[in-house]
Amino acid sequence: MELLYSAMDTLLPFAWAGHAFMKHAFLAVLLVMPLFGLLSTMVVSSRMAFFSDSLGHGAFTGIALGALLGAVSPLASLLVFSVAFALFITYIKNKSTASTDTVIGVFSSTAIAVGLMIMSYGGSFNKFSSYLVGDILSITPQELGALLAVFLLVLLVWGLLFNKLLVLSINPSFARSRGVNAYLAESLFAATLAVVVSISIQWVGILIINAMLVLPAAAARNLAGNVKQYHFLSVLIALAAGISGLILAYYFNMAAGATIVVISAAVFFATLFLKPYFVR
Amino acid sequence: MFKNIMHHRASSSEDCAKLCCTRIEDFGVKVGRLTIFDHVNIHVHCGQLTALIGPNGAGKSTLLKAILGEVPHTGKLKYMDAKGRRTGHPLIGYVPQYLRFDVSAPTSVMDIFMACLSDKPVWLWPGKSLRARVEQNLQRVRAAHLIDRRLGALSGGELQRVLLALALDPMPDLLLLDEPVSGVDQNGLELFYEIVAELREKEDMAIILISHDLNMVARHADQVVLMDKGVISAGTPEEVFGDSRTQKIFGMLAGQTAAELHQVEAAHPEEAGRPRREVQD
Repeated sequence: MELLYSAMDTLLPFAWAGHAFMKHAFLAVLLVMPLFGLLSTMVVSSRMAFFSDSLGHGAFTGIALGALLGAVSPLASLLVFSVAFALFITYIKNKSTASTDTVIGVFSSTAIAVGLMIMSYGGSFNKFSSYLVGDILSITPQELGALLAVFLLVLLVWGLLFNKLLVLSINPSFARSRGVNAYLAESLFAATLAVVVSISIQWVGILIINAMLVLPAAAARNLAGNVKQYHFLSVLIALAAGISGLILAYYFNMAAGATIVVISAAVFFATLFLKPYFVR
Repeated sequence: MFKNIMHHRASSSEDCAKLCCTRIEDFGVKVGRLTIFDHVNIHVHCGQLTALIGPNGAGKSTLLKAILGEVPHTGKLKYMDAKGRRTGHPLIGYVPQYLRFDVSAPTSVMDIFMACLSDKPVWLWPGKSLRARVEQNLQRVRAAHLIDRRLGALSGGELQRVLLALALDPMPDLLLLDEPVSGVDQNGLELFYEIVAELREKEDMAIILISHDLNMVARHADQVVLMDKGVISAGTPEEVFGDSRTQKIFGMLAGQTAAELHQVEAAHPEEAGRPRREVQD
């Protein structure tokens, strides 16, 4: 860690990078934003924006349960609950004949309601409000270690899973004829999303986490012509928005998560106007 | 009685001593309490084109999905190759009717081939080694020039041909084609049928095609199966189009097709469709 600090001091000789909490935040951005960039490509292509939104809402219950149980850390409870929640939605979606958005809507609202119910129990709602907006400056070196592990895990999963998801996003019956197990691939993707959402929710915030999973790819697909460009641009946009958002938030004393989202949105609108020059 | 006679003459009821064949035995699909179709028996040989026709909602697309194993069904799918050595499940190629993706998806033709043919992640791997193989595949459907095009930028007919090329690598034993109701222009449709006819000639595979174009069916199919919540009639195009039940379902259209078929046959017997294959031994 000391080595990393001194390396960062030489590479980033700026006032904002002088503080240890900013170094941690910067490293967190470097680790998490590429993941958002990667995963958002498939969230957008498979039209799962509503699903990823419900994962953020499910976090209400996950955090509240953690506080209620007390013995386990909020992050552990959130992680377990989110993954179970994501897998359960995927299961019901595959079993039920109701339309996907109805199924997700039902789960999403139930999760918010249950979470709020537990959180407001005994009038202690205020101590949870930091989760709504998020606080990137609170990240500890231990959490950075966990982020690194998740980073490597997601890269591995994305390497193994992406081709199947791409075929699946084209047509489920066609994917079936190519031997793709749709349910397994969807479940793995849902679980991966849930893990990334739960580890980053404490600094991005419940309210805006979904923006991170939609905006980078939404902007990238305005410019990209194939899968490689799509991924490259999405990761690039996510990283650029993450770093510039963090620095701006430091100088103007704003919530970093929200600043990153606003910058991503600005990039999206810029690419929307550039689209006619790139995609024919 | 009439049905039995018809059925006996249909190629579907002949045994397949020395040809590879796929049997669909007593297929049925139920969704909840609703029966989509039941007691479907179809028998297809390699080198034969079987056309499935029927009104909307007859269960044609569901039958293909049941053959793929995507939809739970009753009944069995049996396959035997020409030498009777390999039996069990045939290798199935499938060309879907329409794609459920929006036109802005940044996926190129090369990307989708790579996703299907390789385990290496498309977003990371350069995929140069696959390019020659993909070009060869596309050449077969006269679409080599489309390799770097986005899927969304293809016309209906081009997309259909690209999907056909995808379904042909690896070369399947059984090819299922779900022809779109609309969205393919007449030229595209003719090119598509031309390629399918070529495949039937050259490759040792059975083809099942859902079609809405009775004229094309009359010209290219070896066997026609009329479906409406089950098999209504099956046989050669002449037999099925001449059947009163077909004419009842399709109205004048089928009657005309049958009449045209007879005219063509009377004038030039050898051009009336295709060279007849000897199915029986």
